[in-house]
Amino acid sequence: MPASAPKSGYDVLIIGAGHNGLVCAAYLARAGRRVLVLEAASIVGGAAVTREFAPGFTVSACAHLLYQMPQTLYRELALERHGLSLIARQLPTLALARDRELLLLGGSAEASHQGLIGPDVAAYPDYLREMTRYAAALAPIFHRAPPRLGSGAFADQVALLRLGWQIRKLGRKSMRELLRIGGMNAYDLLQEHFTDPLLQGALGFDAVLGTNFGPRSPGSVLTLLCRLAAQSDAGEGVLMQPRGGLGSLTAALARAAGAAGAEIRTDAEVARILVAEDQASGVELASGEKLMAPIVVSNADPKNTFLKLLGTQHLDTGFVRRVHHLRSQGLAAKLHLALKGLPNFHGANAAALRGRLLLSPSLQHLERAFNSTKYGEYSTAPVMEITLPTLNDPTLAPPGAHVLSAIVQYVPHTLKNGWEGAREQCIASLVAALAEYAPDLPGLIQSAELLTPADLERQFRMHGGHWHHGELAFDQFYMVRPVPGAAQYATPLAGLFLCGAGSHPGGGVMGHAGRNAARAILAARKAA
Amino acid sequence: MNAPQALRPHYLEPLLKTPFHERARALSQLDSFVAWAGYTTVDVFTNVEQEYFAIRNAATLYDLTPMVKYRISGPEALAYLNRLVTRDVTKIRPGRVGYCVWSNDAGHLIDDGTIFCLSANEYRLCTAERQLDWLLDSAIGFDVQLEEVTEQIAALALQGPASCAVLRRLRIPEAAKLKPFEIGHFKVAEHALMVSRTGFTGDLGYELWMEPASALAVWDALMAAGGTRGIRAVGSQALNMARIEAGFVLPNMDFVSAESTLRTGRDRSPLELGLGWLVDFKKGHFTGRRALLREQQRGVARQLVGLDVEGNKPAHHALLYAGKSDNREVGNVTSATWSPTCKRNIALAMLEAPHFKTGSVVWADIYLNRELVWERRMARALVVERPFFAPERRRATPPADY
Repeated sequence: MPASAPKSGYDVLIIGAGHNGLVCAAYLARAGRRVLVLEAASIVGGAAVTREFAPGFTVSACAHLLYQMPQTLYRELALERHGLSLIARQLPTLALARDRELLLLGGSAEASHQGLIGPDVAAYPDYLREMTRYAAALAPIFHRAPPRLGSGAFADQVALLRLGWQIRKLGRKSMRELLRIGGMNAYDLLQEHFTDPLLQGALGFDAVLGTNFGPRSPGSVLTLLCRLAAQSDAGEGVLMQPRGGLGSLTAALARAAGAAGAEIRTDAEVARILVAEDQASGVELASGEKLMAPIVVSNADPKNTFLKLLGTQHLDTGFVRRVHHLRSQGLAAKLHLALKGLPNFHGANAAALRGRLLLSPSLQHLERAFNSTKYGEYSTAPVMEITLPTLNDPTLAPPGAHVLSAIVQYVPHTLKNGWEGAREQCIASLVAALAEYAPDLPGLIQSAELLTPADLERQFRMHGGHWHHGELAFDQFYMVRPVPGAAQYATPLAGLFLCGAGSHPGGGVMGHAGRNAARAILAARKAA
Repeated sequence: MNAPQALRPHYLEPLLKTPFHERARALSQLDSFVAWAGYTTVDVFTNVEQEYFAIRNAATLYDLTPMVKYRISGPEALAYLNRLVTRDVTKIRPGRVGYCVWSNDAGHLIDDGTIFCLSANEYRLCTAERQLDWLLDSAIGFDVQLEEVTEQIAALALQGPASCAVLRRLRIPEAAKLKPFEIGHFKVAEHALMVSRTGFTGDLGYELWMEPASALAVWDALMAAGGTRGIRAVGSQALNMARIEAGFVLPNMDFVSAESTLRTGRDRSPLELGLGWLVDFKKGHFTGRRALLREQQRGVARQLVGLDVEGNKPAHHALLYAGKSDNREVGNVTSATWSPTCKRNIALAMLEAPHFKTGSVVWADIYLNRELVWERRMARALVVERPFFAPERRRATPPADY
């Protein structure tokens, strides 16, 4: 640290109190660092927040289910002691259908499934078991910073060997199968295994949720495996809903960080990262206030961090070029409906409605929904992940009333003819799509809110409105996430680190990035 | 950033003609033209030696038009250039020119060129190779306008001891007051002429910049004014001899741009090319700074040096060995020539540490084709300081009236 820098009393400043920023803060504070987290919004949580969207109706504003946060994190940060209450665990996934028995999938191969037909009855548990093994082989890489290729460092070689061993350990047959399917698309994989379009559609949905992929896009099996790997880490509780929505998770994280000694300031928007003598030296807030610290950690996405907060004048052209080319156009929107009562979905009982409802009747439907976005249009036959959180947590709405929260694919960030005036039309088309499965739904709507990727970008400061702070794809994965030169949480600028979803292992309410970043920061200080 | 210039049916005319082409064609006796950056230009007019001696003893014209030119302007043009190149551009004041190099993130050289500061935050960058891709990517985050203006500007190098005398006879005596790397604006027979005291010969000389429409008139005026001084047009081969004497590096001869190397280890840093004096670590961040700082702390693994080779056979492409009968390769020659002015057999060579130290001796493996029979000579080569030729007249202001 330059001797001339004024002392602020903090060792580390963290930009953004999203879940990763808070996790990072908690671990650094536990290691004795004096940490200050700066949050631009008035509440902590980033994209994992609960807020009112209509009088009396609250909802998890972006992410709405918890299924990827590892067990170790709940334990190490004692989140239940800090107020997290997981009121619903092991929620089922219901594939919506109109003219047939519904398909209800449990969380694991051993759980009970309903509605499987023909050869799929036997094939589904086998598929799930095998995919879960692959996922478990990949899961350990989520816990550590990715290795650097060609560094010659012992630790990097060990990390690569460990990954190789994890895969080899699957056995010859499974290893070959994993390597065969790893780069494939979800469409082909699911066609190989199953016959029922509804099952294919539901499983294909998970491969493309939150991505810029259709089921036929190359690499969509990788996103599916990543999702399953995170789930395998999350353990038995897969698909959970915390009381009070996702905001209660980040509130618990904030309390855990606070208990460890970290300070958090809301309404403190960082305008830029300060640099002195080629090192991060602090931040300047939008108010003009300057805070100094030898380490600055950004939970903002890589594009905002490097191109906006830091500025390209402190970076090399080749690195800027890579950041500039990061793909981070969001395609997932969020629909919130305030309902006077519970809608009736064809053939679904209340127990089934407590979980995750998928509107993705077939792979063809899914691919067609994706097609429209290539031309700057939203899909009029969309796919959705729907929850009715009030069934598990009535406190989110007035008595008897309900909330419907849906992640809608595919809604482009930039509409061909602009979003001006198109929002109401889009909501109407989404409601119409829902009404095909729940005919009484339109009559129950009191109020509706649509957050397009452009809205998400504005509200949550995510570049392009991408939920994962950048596409998760082979070229933006693991050792090259977000870009070579910043894939181990450290950045080309000494003292500046990343801790957000743009870093390995990526998006989803997971917390790995924050935890790995904290370890990288502690290791760097030790080495220095 | 401006869009590229209007597309043109380039396939109809694969090589463009410069505005001086008509005159060059008329003077060319060998019909020896080569492609340079999309233009056809003269390699040799009549005889390389005659043209070389004109550079060193009289005055010469060399068509510089294919030199790629970029106009860089806007509120952050200076900040942009300072982040692009390794030297401190704030020191290139309006009306001045600076030689510069730029490198990639790894500190490996992309190209060299000259920056002309036309006014505050208005610059012209001249390069040997096209660089728009790198320049545009370097502009991300800067309030700067970039425009390729190669075709909008015709350029001539007027080089040689009598070059200033030619300008005086052109009735622009004020040009004699130009100091090295200074820019002046003049009128020659109603044609606007920008003159910079720059060049690639290491000798007294100027570069003249004008509208393409003025090209032929200016050429004719120069030829008329220089008649009594033995002025003549020269091609690239003669210039190459002069630039080796001056110790200047040439892309694709002495280094390959890091943006186009394919093999690992073929990239070269400015420090390796002996251009460390162009690298200013104190000016703030620039692309490649962190890598170059590490390289400087570590020490360079190889360096481009001057060689004085025994005998009179140019050591073209020679491999260099640690001893006469020691078969350890320690480097190779990148450019070589017999220097008629120095009466020395000179070369530029890339040598591995520690052999690049001045005063070291290495052995050059020279192959000679003598009437279709290859012969081999092991020639002793001494590592010497560059430049090989640096006459006082190149700096004297005002220059003597040769």
